[in-house]
Amino acid sequence: MLVYVLAAILSLTLASYFIGSRRSLQTVAGQASQLHSRPGYYGVFVAAWVGIPALLLVLIWLMFQGAVIDTLLLVSLPAEKTANLSEAQIDLIISEIKQVSRGNVFGQPDQAVLDAAQRYKSWQGIASWSMLAVALALCIFGLVITRSRIAPQFRARQGVEAVLNAFMIACSVIAVLTTVGIIVSLLVEALRFFSMVSPLEFFFGLRWEPQIALRADQSLGDGAFGAIPVFLGTLEIALFAMLVAIPIGLFTAIYLTEYAHPKFRAVVKPIIEILAGIPTVVYGFFAILVVAPAFRNFMANIGVDAAPNSAFVAGAVMGIMIIPFISSLSDDAITAVPRSLRDGSYALGATQAETITSVLLPAALPGIMGGILLAVSRAIGETMIVVMAAGIIATLTINPFEPVTTVTVQIVTLLIGDTEFDSPKTLAAFALGLVLFFATLILNVIALRIVQKYRERYD
Amino acid sequence: MTDAALEADAGFNRQQDWASEANARRLKKRYAANRRLQIYGLTAIALAIGLLGTLISSLVIEGYKAFYQSKATLEIRLDPALIDPSNLADANYRRIFNTAIEQYFPEVTSPTEKRQLSDIFSNESRYALRDYVVANPGQIGQTVKLKVSLSDPFDQLEKGVIPRYVEALTDAEKARFEFLANRGLIEGRGADAALKVNLFIDPQKVNAADIPSGQFRDIIGDGLRSIVRNSDFVERSFDIIRGDATEVLKAHLIANPGSIGQIIENFKLPLSQHYGTLASGQTPMVFNGRFASEKQFEWLDRLKSQNMVSYPFASELFVNATSRFPELAGLAGAIAGSFYALMVCFLISFPLGIAAAVYLEEFAPKNRWTDLIEVNINNLAAVPSVVFGLLGLAVFLNTFGLPRSVPLVGGMVLALITLPTIIITTRAALKAVPPSIREAALGVGASKHQVVMHHVLPLAMPGIMTGVIIGLAHALGETAPLLLIGMNAFIPSIENIGLLEPATALPTQIYAWADSPERGFVARTSAAILVLLGFLVVMNGIAIFLRQRFERKW
Amino acid sequence: MNEVPQMDQSNFSLGAAASAVPLAPGQAVANKLIAQKVSVFYGEKQALIDVSIDIRDKAVTSFIGPSGCGKSTFLRCLNRMNDFIDNARVTGSVEMDGVNIYDPSLDPVQLRARVGMVFQKPNPFPKSIFDNVAYGPRIHGLASAKSDLEEIVVTSLEKAGLYKEVKDRIHEAGTGLSGGQQQRLCIARAIAVSPEVILMDEPCSALDPIATAKIEELIDELRENFCIVIVTHSMQQAARVSQRTAFFHLGILVEEGETSQIFTNPREPRTQDYITGRFG
Repeated sequence: MLVYVLAAILSLTLASYFIGSRRSLQTVAGQASQLHSRPGYYGVFVAAWVGIPALLLVLIWLMFQGAVIDTLLLVSLPAEKTANLSEAQIDLIISEIKQVSRGNVFGQPDQAVLDAAQRYKSWQGIASWSMLAVALALCIFGLVITRSRIAPQFRARQGVEAVLNAFMIACSVIAVLTTVGIIVSLLVEALRFFSMVSPLEFFFGLRWEPQIALRADQSLGDGAFGAIPVFLGTLEIALFAMLVAIPIGLFTAIYLTEYAHPKFRAVVKPIIEILAGIPTVVYGFFAILVVAPAFRNFMANIGVDAAPNSAFVAGAVMGIMIIPFISSLSDDAITAVPRSLRDGSYALGATQAETITSVLLPAALPGIMGGILLAVSRAIGETMIVVMAAGIIATLTINPFEPVTTVTVQIVTLLIGDTEFDSPKTLAAFALGLVLFFATLILNVIALRIVQKYRERYD
Repeated sequence: MTDAALEADAGFNRQQDWASEANARRLKKRYAANRRLQIYGLTAIALAIGLLGTLISSLVIEGYKAFYQSKATLEIRLDPALIDPSNLADANYRRIFNTAIEQYFPEVTSPTEKRQLSDIFSNESRYALRDYVVANPGQIGQTVKLKVSLSDPFDQLEKGVIPRYVEALTDAEKARFEFLANRGLIEGRGADAALKVNLFIDPQKVNAADIPSGQFRDIIGDGLRSIVRNSDFVERSFDIIRGDATEVLKAHLIANPGSIGQIIENFKLPLSQHYGTLASGQTPMVFNGRFASEKQFEWLDRLKSQNMVSYPFASELFVNATSRFPELAGLAGAIAGSFYALMVCFLISFPLGIAAAVYLEEFAPKNRWTDLIEVNINNLAAVPSVVFGLLGLAVFLNTFGLPRSVPLVGGMVLALITLPTIIITTRAALKAVPPSIREAALGVGASKHQVVMHHVLPLAMPGIMTGVIIGLAHALGETAPLLLIGMNAFIPSIENIGLLEPATALPTQIYAWADSPERGFVARTSAAILVLLGFLVVMNGIAIFLRQRFERKW
Repeated sequence: MNEVPQMDQSNFSLGAAASAVPLAPGQAVANKLIAQKVSVFYGEKQALIDVSIDIRDKAVTSFIGPSGCGKSTFLRCLNRMNDFIDNARVTGSVEMDGVNIYDPSLDPVQLRARVGMVFQKPNPFPKSIFDNVAYGPRIHGLASAKSDLEEIVVTSLEKAGLYKEVKDRIHEAGTGLSGGQQQRLCIARAIAVSPEVILMDEPCSALDPIATAKIEELIDELRENFCIVIVTHSMQQAARVSQRTAFFHLGILVEEGETSQIFTNPREPRTQDYITGRFG
């Protein structure tokens, strides 16, 4: 049905383009030069007012159709059927009705459900047809109104440009809407979570056992939503990632900017950037396929027992991914140090190493720090590597050979599979997401500001 | 000159003796420090590239095995009695297939063995047979040749992933043997190898009148106990000697009844087979029984000796959807899912991204609002992708009630993720178009919109496309947000593919396979990653080509 | 202090220009640097063609000429700063106290400690004033104790005429000084290693007239202890601060001699044209 509606709107739009441009020529008896704008503009103007409102209508219609029909269904059900039911159970009934209406009948649904399925089907039909009717009416309305406005002196081009402006502004606003959407949805769900679990416990509790709280026979009062072990694990893994990435990345940048022959640099720099282009799921697999067994063997040889999903391995593999971040941002920062400072140092008889360590690095430090902060934000937000290579159980430990879990791992494990939006287990993921969002946001804002200030300094 | 400076003059002109020994030493040290820094740099680069190389090569080494498949070519008689021409799809193909394999092994009769025999072949064989018959109904009653896959354990054995033979003895067993050998108690090699023990022939355990009923095992046990006073060690040492060692002792006593009540020094107890091999200095090996029985190995060897086993390209990897059986699992469903999601992502993010970028770069007034949008976009580009997954889950699925697991929602989430990147790169491309072009077009009376539409955008297009392709390549590798909206559905068929059908995507398929315990999925996962990386290389290649082909120096 | 043993010899090795220099009676002439047939190539392009010149100790020599004439390029040959330009190649020889500075056995790092340099744009390091001046002595190990280092820093700053202005904020950032102060800081930084030669590459071009006057005064004072070579695009400045002047044009050393002679009675018509402002 939707396809037909869209096709109808599109063909009407196309037709109105021709109607508009023909009409404009008629008003001046074919003398295009007498028109204010070129005929095509009149066509586009009419077409825009025919197509865009109708498309918007369909979009809004689709957004709310489902919810409206669900509410109607619920109201139409016999009262005793919905009395004393939780939200989840009602959802279950609704989805059963929908399944039945599609012909997927499992077992013996009762009569009320069968009736409701009938109603659901017919309402859906009514909704689709009325959507088509309203959309077409809107098209025709737009066509009539705009066509009547066409006159030689009518400024069609300005009209089209105004529509275009509105479209472009709307697109720019989408970016803001995304942020608003993120904040609102995270906040709403997190607040629901905090109405079940106290924020104090969440932020300062030392036990994180959300899976246990899920069991029906377990009261929520037991509270296993203390996120400290999760935060600690996140920081620990980010720390290991930095321990790997910062030295390798920084020394790489130093060599490439100060020592390497331009040809060497031209070859090596893109190769190292490849590391940043590899999807993180690949790193995750690399960690479990190669790094973890190798690390375990190595540790076993020196007599230390390391877990297969130890914090160190997850962090180290994440560090590999982050190397190019550090190296290219440090590279930029070092290259941005003006030539005159280098010359000044060399002219005093400094060696390259002395110039780098005592002049270039201090001068580039803000830029490098900004890069490192961005990398840290990246590390704590990174998901797949830790989902695959780190632990799921939250243990309060800083032992690098033990598994720890991270915020992102918990978000994914809590939400994978079926999700119910009224269990604290699901909502906890949103609370963690909120923390993650603000943590990375703050890091990014600081980092971007530092980097920008630094750039201004040497521009 | 100032007075102060004059006074200081005397102390100032102390000249450094550059040629001095101390100075030469110092210089050497400074150069060494310089060289050290250089070495650190090179080491870091070598490490980074080495890690990349390890990553790629380990994937290739694992993954190439999934690109070919061990298959057996079988002659199968399509028995007309078993196939109803009016209902081709429903015949008992399992029976037809099993009959076909059993003809090669007439000696196999017991049901257990028959099951073991059919276990060598993939579970899918009968469906392959069905598909063949449905496609060629004219062949019913004929005998046809069909290539069927071996099941995963045997495929892995053929590829050498699972070893055919494993060491027969554990490290502890070998250590126990070493212990005895070090005391000089082992003599001879192979079948002649023996353990020398002093045996006290306790008359209470062997009655001279009735030697055959003696407790020989106890006697040997006492002898072993005299080596090590540890009952566990003694018990386990019985594995070292051959099962018929008691018989050897019995025979000896029958021949020498006088030994009863005496101590027989250095009595030679024959070693069991594996320890005999060990005594010869070789490592005893046995068939790897964990995945297959010895019989199954023999049957497979027989098929191979008749040239019935071949290793063709595994088209399953690209034709099939996923499966619980690694030898059948393919990427077709995941590739289709990724394709649809990327299409949606492109259709949303391309127009929206360009429109937003054009507005911000060319039309937007400089005020607090546009500043806010700009800061917002920069920060959005650095928001972890898993947060976008949460947004998709809460808004698209929960609020708007869109279905779970479908490429439409996946594409929408990916579009939100790529949008900031596309806006940023598009703005950079627009910025690179010199103002002289704009001024020239404005100078001939074009409106600002016409300048942008007719001149600036076309000139910036290669740069924009480069950014868009790189953004899409990034989206193709995104995993976490797709997991959150459920695009890791297990869909073992490629019949229902569409924007609103549950699906999986390449990266989520990789994640799912990486989580599967079957050995064959290791190679499958690596191969899937190679396919994914292949797509990424192609996309980035196009982007690089565009950049180089159309890059203008203004 | 630095006697040049083969003084006579080197005088003969000079071209026509040097022999025309009248020596005041009783004045000892010491040549600090002797360049012979120095050419510089940037890739295929030759930027400097067979430049031969003697540079006197305890005197200021200025290089003048239109932009792109090779004067800065030649200046950078004197402390091997051209080494850092990837495709630059230098031929010929530059002898300092009789040793060719392009000899492979000679260490460029040590050479640059003996031949200091001050640049066009003041380039203090983003460190404190103290650390800026102490940088050179530190890397070369010129001060064994902390008090020695402090003494060097203070004397250098005094020498550069900056000490009085900055003594209260010696541990504040050097980048916070005014342009003229920054340039004097750079001069202090250069003399802190007690070099024998100081090269100055248009040291006043980024400064206002008052700061320029101060620097010129300073150059005049420093002449007593150092051999100074200054590249300038201002003929007035060359006339004010230098004893000898060399005129470069299109990569060639056109004429070299006493400053007064160059500006009042040049031998070459090209020099005449340049100083009278016909080109450049």
